[in-house]
Amino acid sequence: MATPKKSLRSSAKRSGRTRGAQGRPGRALALISLIVVGLVAGMFASGHTTPRLGIDLAGGTSITLAAVAEEGNEDAINSTNLNTAVSIIERRVNGLGVSEAEVQTQGDRNIIVNIPRGTNEEQAREQVGTTAELGFRPVLTMASAAPPAESGEEPTDEPSDGAGEEPTDEESGEPTDESGDGAGEDATEEPTDEESTDEEPTDEESGDESQSLGVPGARDGGLGTMSLASHPAQDSTDEPSDGASDEPTDEESDAAADEGGEGEEAPADPQAQLDALDCTTEAGRLEASRAAAQAQDDEPVVTCDAEGTTKYALGPVAVPGRDVSGADAVYDTQRGQGWIVQMDFSSSGADKFADITAELAMQVEPQNRFAIVLDGETVSAPSVSERLGGGSAEISGGFTQASAEDLANILQYGALPLTFEEASVSTVSPTLGDEQLRAGLIAGGIGLALVIAYMLVYYRGLALIAIASLVVSAALTYSLMALLGPMIGFALNLPAVCGAIVAIGITADSFIVYFERIRDEVREGRSLRPAVERAWPRARRTILVSDFVSFLAAAVLFVVTVGKVQGFAFTLGLTTALDVVVVFLFTKPLMTLLARRKFFSGGHPWSGLDPKRLGARPLLRARRPAPVPSDPKEA
Amino acid sequence: MSRLGDLGARLYRGEVGVDFVARRKIWYLVSIVITILAFAGVGLKGLHMGVEFEGGAVFTTPATSVSTETAEEVAEEASGSQALVQTLGDDGAMRIQVSGLDTEHSNETRAALADALDIETEALNAELIGPSWGSQIANRAWQGLAIFLVLVVIYLAIAFEWRMALAALIALVHDLTITVGVYALVGFEVTPGTVIGLLTILGYSLYDTVVVFDGLRETTRNFTKQSRHTYAELANRSLNGTLVRSINTSVVALLPVSALLFIGGGALGGGMLNDIALSLFVGLAAGAYSSIMIATPLVSDFKSRDPVVAAHDRKVLARRAKREELGLGADADDEDESADDDASPRLSDRDLEVPGLEHGGHDSHGDHDLEDEGRPPVAAAGAAARGSRGPRRQPTSRGRGKGRPSGKRR
Repeated sequence: MATPKKSLRSSAKRSGRTRGAQGRPGRALALISLIVVGLVAGMFASGHTTPRLGIDLAGGTSITLAAVAEEGNEDAINSTNLNTAVSIIERRVNGLGVSEAEVQTQGDRNIIVNIPRGTNEEQAREQVGTTAELGFRPVLTMASAAPPAESGEEPTDEPSDGAGEEPTDEESGEPTDESGDGAGEDATEEPTDEESTDEEPTDEESGDESQSLGVPGARDGGLGTMSLASHPAQDSTDEPSDGASDEPTDEESDAAADEGGEGEEAPADPQAQLDALDCTTEAGRLEASRAAAQAQDDEPVVTCDAEGTTKYALGPVAVPGRDVSGADAVYDTQRGQGWIVQMDFSSSGADKFADITAELAMQVEPQNRFAIVLDGETVSAPSVSERLGGGSAEISGGFTQASAEDLANILQYGALPLTFEEASVSTVSPTLGDEQLRAGLIAGGIGLALVIAYMLVYYRGLALIAIASLVVSAALTYSLMALLGPMIGFALNLPAVCGAIVAIGITADSFIVYFERIRDEVREGRSLRPAVERAWPRARRTILVSDFVSFLAAAVLFVVTVGKVQGFAFTLGLTTALDVVVVFLFTKPLMTLLARRKFFSGGHPWSGLDPKRLGARPLLRARRPAPVPSDPKEA
Repeated sequence: MSRLGDLGARLYRGEVGVDFVARRKIWYLVSIVITILAFAGVGLKGLHMGVEFEGGAVFTTPATSVSTETAEEVAEEASGSQALVQTLGDDGAMRIQVSGLDTEHSNETRAALADALDIETEALNAELIGPSWGSQIANRAWQGLAIFLVLVVIYLAIAFEWRMALAALIALVHDLTITVGVYALVGFEVTPGTVIGLLTILGYSLYDTVVVFDGLRETTRNFTKQSRHTYAELANRSLNGTLVRSINTSVVALLPVSALLFIGGGALGGGMLNDIALSLFVGLAAGAYSSIMIATPLVSDFKSRDPVVAAHDRKVLARRAKREELGLGADADDEDESADDDASPRLSDRDLEVPGLEHGGHDSHGDHDLEDEGRPPVAAAGAAARGSRGPRRQPTSRGRGKGRPSGKRR
């Protein structure tokens, strides 16, 4: 229809715009019906035909967590720590903020976590209870997990002998490297102990000559740590200073000699611990990780890896988890490692990390390994070949997408300041009865009926377009919400239900803006088809500007806030986006199509576009032709 | 509807209209009074925060056969605030949360509940419960709100101009203050639903204001190029022109909310529905009011402090005064023609007003392309009409030209 006019008077540009503005209504309508059908079909196909309801409407599961007092640390259970734990747990279970989980303290030591029905309860319980105490510890030794007691020990001994060779290394100055390797993992461990002995008297106990590993010269932290094991508290402070100096070697040897027997016990501790460690059974691993998790940062620990195939003796924490400032699950395509978790360190963390990796890089296997320990379990222990600056690191190995995301999520939100255990798990009923939801829905229905009635009275035929658009909008909103439930854990609480009802009313505003524009154009004397097209650019701008403001509100709130506000922001953003989609892809094309119908273009009294009723100026044509001819001049 | 439609048309052409801008002092006064009341309400009565925000007491009952409804009633009566009642597990044990931390109150509630459940008071486990909507959520929400307001003011300042941004902000704060004040005065408990309602208003109030400003910007874009109307007059005309739209959008948004409030909350049993619907209702109503009565007059006020606008206004007034003297003739001319046409005073009115409107309107937007499409049929009709009634056209045309001091167009 644009063509004839084009030939009449429009420039090329104008005609182009015209055609664009008119679009291809058929295509847009086909597209949106495709979307609607697709979503609705998807909804039925997935079997989730109703949106997931929040805990206020559907009830759910209530998990009571009790803070566990740690020895010598009973004071840790205070309101500050509890509140910190609440906010961390809140963010863990509410990752996207749309799942409507509730977390609150109860009494002095409990935290209640309410999770709406239909959430993956297993996963939620895991996330809730995980302490997420993360640390990076240098590996002292590692061993295959399989042989628990004896087998484990023997190797260790021998290695130590092997260590004897090391002395040579010491002399060479860079001894550490080879010695460690040859010895086998366990061997290395012992040496370390002794080493530490060098400087501090206490250490002397450790008896092996091998110590002399002197190794130490190269790397302080790692080796020194061992000593800690034997004498936890006091040593810890001193350590740092130890290793560095060359002297140690000398003293050390002396020390070793002296102590002899005594030393046995002390070293025996970590050593024995490692030997005794049984990573092959579930229970053993659990035991190990619990013990390791309870250890202080400055104590060395023995841990298992997640699969139970390897066990480690680890030095004190070199970089604590709280220095991790952010974490992401990423799929590594370049090196084919599958899912990995990338971490960024805070500036202080980045420095520590760079320092320790620089040291580790000079060590031999396995002491050049750096274990990432989460809740007492070694997640991975990559070897370090160079100083890693730049303040980021990654964890790889055997992640699935879900486990990588879980870990990233947990790392991101930090470790709980307390350890919790599940005191009870029970189902809870909704806080608002069915009647509230029913009342809300009935009222919403009545409200929408009123809106429709009002539109019919005021806009007549046009109201049909508005109603059709509302139906499309409602179908889109509903099916999306139903689908988002299983996809991202989106749950609707009562406020959101009300919000959705109101949002549909607000969507109707966009139609009104457009309809009024069309009517204004008709009043100016245009016939319907041009009026429809001419009204569109202006109505479009108005709609876009005001929807942009709403969307801005949604986006800012979604990014900045947590918890229920975030859930609200999500709903607002969703409905705003749908508003734009519906107006652009449905209302406008439909209007364009219908404007070609005689019912509308002819200004039928029931079309809502009757020029006479609108008091349009064409009305004057009959009586008074004047205004019409005057128009062209002004253009 | 025909009358309504007609009214719409006349409003659109500026034939009838409420002089919103000139009477702005009244609206300001009304708003200031309401705002003061709101502050007084918050200051004197305070807000009744729900257990979700402040925490409170939680009672855990042993298994019981008493229904949750009964427990809720008892707890609400004894504590005076909303109770959240849930069953725990399958055996009928309940968890009852009420706000209010002071032990005396809590003890009373506990006793009343124990009584209703027919158990020893000691058997009713009572503990303090923390907020599920803790300070952290609240703080982040404030932070988000502040960031949003800054961004939206910047955006509006770019998309429109800073005066409009400022006026929109004032209107928004106005709406929120009133809503919060009503809450304090009515004494409804503030629940997460209330806050969600407030945030919804945030979006809606701005939406409404933006729609009005969009019309305003269009009407006044090149207002310095005409000398018939002052800025305030154009602003008022734009308001009236979009009045029908504003009323319709407000009605359509308010209808569902009123249904929620009066039917859902009132007739079908209140509770949380009330909290949500009340804040929405008050906020939407205030939003509709402020976008017309407050925002645009404020813009006009701010504008009149702009030297360019002030100078222009003076010029317009001066011209108008001058025309009063000379203008008699023109007016007479107009009068003649309209008598010619159909002798209605309304038409002479229109002849005076419409050009101004069209002027603003037409100058303001460049996209006239589509209008051109409209031309042929109309022109054809016009031609046809001319054919039959040609002679009449001349005087009208001349008259219209004369009535236009700018003399530039038509």
